[in-house]
Amino acid sequence: MTAVRPYGDHYDDGLIELSFTLPVPSRRSARKAATMLAEAMGLEAPEVAHCEELTEGFTFFVLYGRCPHSVDFTAIDDAEWEPVPLSEPEIEEFAAEHLTRKVVVVGASVGTDTHTVGIDAILNLKGFDGSHGLEAYGAFETHNLGGQVSNEALVRTVLELEADALLVSQTVTQQELHVGTLRDLVERIEASGRRGEMLLICGGPRITNDLARELGFDVGFSKGTYPHHVASYIVRETAARAASETETTSAAL
Amino acid sequence: MASTGSKLDLDAGLVDGCRQAAAAVAEGVAERIAGCTTVSVERMVVRMLGVDGVDRFETPLPNVVVDHVHHQGKLDRGIAFWLGGAMARTGLSAQQLAEGVAAGELDLCNPDGADPEQGIKAASEATAEALAAIHRDRAQRGGWISQLDDAAADRPQRYVLTATGNVYEDVRHAEAVADHGGDTIAVIRSTAQSLLDYVPFGPTEVGHGGTFATQQNFRIMRDALDAWSCENGRYMRLSSFCSGLCMPEIAAIGAIEGLDNMVNDALYGILYRDIHMRRTLIDQSVSRRINGYAGIVINTGEDSYLRTADPVESAPSVVASQLINYNLARSYGVPDEQIAIGNAFEIDMSVENGLLLEWAQAQLTRELFPECPVKFMPPTKHMNGNPFRTHACDTLFNLVTVATNQDMQTIGVPTEGVFTPHIHDRVLGLESVEYAAVTARDLGDEIEFKRGGIIQSRADEVLRGAAELLEEIVADGLFAALERGRFGNIERREDQGRGIEGIVECGEDYFNPVIAQMEVGAPGVESGMYV
Repeated sequence: MTAVRPYGDHYDDGLIELSFTLPVPSRRSARKAATMLAEAMGLEAPEVAHCEELTEGFTFFVLYGRCPHSVDFTAIDDAEWEPVPLSEPEIEEFAAEHLTRKVVVVGASVGTDTHTVGIDAILNLKGFDGSHGLEAYGAFETHNLGGQVSNEALVRTVLELEADALLVSQTVTQQELHVGTLRDLVERIEASGRRGEMLLICGGPRITNDLARELGFDVGFSKGTYPHHVASYIVRETAARAASETETTSAAL
Repeated sequence: MASTGSKLDLDAGLVDGCRQAAAAVAEGVAERIAGCTTVSVERMVVRMLGVDGVDRFETPLPNVVVDHVHHQGKLDRGIAFWLGGAMARTGLSAQQLAEGVAAGELDLCNPDGADPEQGIKAASEATAEALAAIHRDRAQRGGWISQLDDAAADRPQRYVLTATGNVYEDVRHAEAVADHGGDTIAVIRSTAQSLLDYVPFGPTEVGHGGTFATQQNFRIMRDALDAWSCENGRYMRLSSFCSGLCMPEIAAIGAIEGLDNMVNDALYGILYRDIHMRRTLIDQSVSRRINGYAGIVINTGEDSYLRTADPVESAPSVVASQLINYNLARSYGVPDEQIAIGNAFEIDMSVENGLLLEWAQAQLTRELFPECPVKFMPPTKHMNGNPFRTHACDTLFNLVTVATNQDMQTIGVPTEGVFTPHIHDRVLGLESVEYAAVTARDLGDEIEFKRGGIIQSRADEVLRGAAELLEEIVADGLFAALERGRFGNIERREDQGRGIEGIVECGEDYFNPVIAQMEVGAPGVESGMYV
């Protein structure tokens, strides 16, 4: 499909639903403002399905409209976005075949974020929803530093342990705070001169792969990520990098 | 409050055994923390004596004063001894003395011309004045509240969180909550605050995941809610978080600023913020003494265990902890009607009959604490970011809340697990709460459970598990239970944790007029409640 639009009840109707609040009193002019805003967003035939006053001067809307834009679905490479993950035994097998030693993985929830639910789910033995954490694998040596770890302390530990992969989690964040924290972490790693020695990985409900790469990480994991997704990435990427290093070395010889 | 009679047909002997075991655990804790104070307890005393403000480096003056004595190794007598001595000697107020210490012009520990008796008298009198002011304000507030409507008198109190990071934005969100039937505003704190060993100063407009708890922020929200209450004839309650490294100080500030409620758990800081066990247990004892005295309802935090451990398997640990938390609060003077026992609706929606297990647990909490305002928390752990699904799950939670006669419920919001709620998310949540409260109002009174059915059997199984766990904790102590990860699956070492450097062994002549006078109780107030 080269022109994909939202689907409501038939192809190409472009129907989309939005909900938002405008800081205006709940009057007829408020409805008008909501539809004008939707039109400014490019939606056609916007209709307010529901509107109510939240408190004086704030009005909530649920609105439907038709989206005239489309995307070319054939131009998006599936493989890049959703590499098929290996299963637990496949990961162990892959590591045994392609890696010469355990991969040292250091993880933490950084900055002001005290929430360790994400990093614990990926790293700890118990894992999440039946999928074991990286601690359970023979392929990894894991260090979970917990929550509210400063970037400074994290980088120090990563260098001491000679980590092969650094996993950082950001669960609760507001006003793009996580962006600044993650950017600062990358800068510190770069400044250490050892960026090339490790995989930099981040994850959390507000993280996307795009954002992660833009910030200088190798990959970002979002909601719906299981430990074996991260584990698959680490073993594959570590093996790929080792192979390309070998190639470079032989070429140089 | 509680409905009459047991629906669960609980084994009364087993219930008694659990209660006795939990009381024994609380006694064991009291022995382990006896004879100690902390820097936060001493800063609380400084605040009660009237010290506020910051020095030129933005360090709060209570920290300046306490550190000044602590660095000289003399905190074992209690900060009130030194401040009182200097007050008697110089005739200056505690605030003036604090400013003098901050300016480096004054040494509180210089005993020149000091008469210890006079110092103790000065500090005791200043404390009595401060407590009388709190008592007067609370009684006045109580009188005012009794003239207003209380929508929560015959339905679960609706407890709603705001977390914008900016106290002035929080006020707008709170007004929307009030306009849609919310009863209590709890301003979530910035995620970094629990590990600060000081209470930030001033109104704040930047916070992450929440808004800093400061005395000025408390006052701004209190004033806004009071104004709304006046205008609308219905009382809006205010809550905050008496947790982290500054529990006693936050309790003092809350008492002064007229808060109604505080999250004030005995173990949360140990488990979820890696704070040292003894530090937290000393701080909780003093903070609860203050909350109990000031008529503030405290919330325990067992809901958290269900987020880090499996909610089906760990149910007995919740009951054991509720009983321990309750006994710890009681032993520091908090009456039943001020202990809101926490529980949560966290079982994965894909578990067959999970709703029945939730129902059993909620009813069990209700029946084990008939005189306490039990508090129920909405699902979070398995909420996957789909707001429509979360809204549906919240509605089931709201139904169980009504049917099991919970006294308080935190409302669920559709965007749980995505971001801190937007202004309309809370209103949508409150509307769902209202549907259940109206359409199922007397459901609890109509229900009897099948004898030996799924719900009764589950309650019995959970209670038996709790009894076993409590027996183990009586034998080995609470500290060992924490080391074994018995609560929330989180293991903590007794010799580790944050804030250990803030524990001070009291000398034989340790002096703390705030605790001493609070132990006697507020004049003419039997239960501690002012309404």
